[in-house]
Amino acid sequence: MDVQVDVSSRVPIYRQVCDQIRLAIAQGKLQPNDKLSSVRELSRQIVVNPNTIARVYTELEREGILNTRPGLGVFVAEPRSDLTKKARREKLMEQLNAFLSGAVHLGLTQDEVLKAFEEQMKKFQWKG
Amino acid sequence: MVPSDYAIFTDHLTRSYDGRRVVDDLNLAIPRGSVYGLLGRNGAGKSTTIKMLTGMVQPDSGDAWLLGENVVGMTPQHRERVAYIAENHPLYGWMTVRESVAFARSFQTRWNQSLVEMILDHLEVPQRRKLSQLSNGQRAQVSLAIALAPEPELLILDDPTLGLDTVVRRDFLESMIEVIHESGRTIVLSSHILMDIDRIADRVGIMVKGRLVVDCPTDHFRSSVRRVVASFSGDAPDCSGLPGVINARVTRGQLELIVVGFSEELEQAFCSLNIRNVDAQELNLEDAFIEFTRGSRRSLPPFSMEPVYA
Repeated sequence: MDVQVDVSSRVPIYRQVCDQIRLAIAQGKLQPNDKLSSVRELSRQIVVNPNTIARVYTELEREGILNTRPGLGVFVAEPRSDLTKKARREKLMEQLNAFLSGAVHLGLTQDEVLKAFEEQMKKFQWKG
Repeated sequence: MVPSDYAIFTDHLTRSYDGRRVVDDLNLAIPRGSVYGLLGRNGAGKSTTIKMLTGMVQPDSGDAWLLGENVVGMTPQHRERVAYIAENHPLYGWMTVRESVAFARSFQTRWNQSLVEMILDHLEVPQRRKLSQLSNGQRAQVSLAIALAPEPELLILDDPTLGLDTVVRRDFLESMIEVIHESGRTIVLSSHILMDIDRIADRVGIMVKGRLVVDCPTDHFRSSVRRVVASFSGDAPDCSGLPGVINARVTRGQLELIVVGFSEELEQAFCSLNIRNVDAQELNLEDAFIEFTRGSRRSLPPFSMEPVYA
């Protein structure tokens, strides 16, 4: 997969790489059981300290997004959620509220936000 | 603390020139296996520090240990485990690449010639060419190849990308990444290019006027320094004494602060000063460094050296 690092960004390199992998999986560009580049390969490719990449993989593994198969490499995990339906809904509401208050502060109309939202939703891979 | 646990350990290292303390009571402890970026403005004492570590300058007081051995009285066998690349990659211009490799080899007992050949081939450095005819970038690569040939455990580089253009700098960084892949090796480099440091350094140390004022993981430093924008009512509040505030100014009716370690204490202080709509932004490494080291006349606040994990 194609990872880009912007060193002038305020977002730390570590978080940039995490976000891009999460996004690629959510958009279906990376599928469950796809193999990721090794720490060395990705470190070479984007010219970043291998420890940073290792940290990214560890973090995403902790979140259940990736898993390491000893001797084989790092793979995209099967989607699963340990959370109850209620907990997931609460989390969603929390994120929606943050998103919507951002949109309101940007001075957008309801229609504009709804249109952009629907447009963007098509880019992601949804369950079922 | 045992010096041998660290690749570099210094104890109250001090050196003055003309009565000015260029390096002032420096206590460095660089863990083995780390990539350490030594940062500071010109004249902060980085080069003098590196010269004391490599034994080229004698300290007025204090001690330094490399890989657990005191720099004073270090045996040649021990010194071979340490490689040093000086600023501007000084090499004899009248030698060819091949000759300068052979010259360097004559001082060493350990030498991995195939590694040298591999690096030079990979970078297409013409070995018959005289060093005076090479570009700055090629010279940098030659000195890196020579430094790596004895397979050192500790590599010290003084501003290795100084004077290199963007493309050549990237080539050099890619070589550095390869060097980092050799696990267990410690790399210490000084640089003015903060973006390079951000890519390759685990830890940063920042020197201001001869003193080490920051020594922590790179991400911890960058996330500790924040630019806070807020609004206030009435007269501009005096924020200079607030915890962690290192700079405060008012622009366009808004309060702009540079804060190290955004604390609850500070938030409470904002409340009592009627400061509202507080927005604390993280900065990139370069901006964090600039804001932190600017105006060094005032004393910098105590910097929490290690992140506190909840």
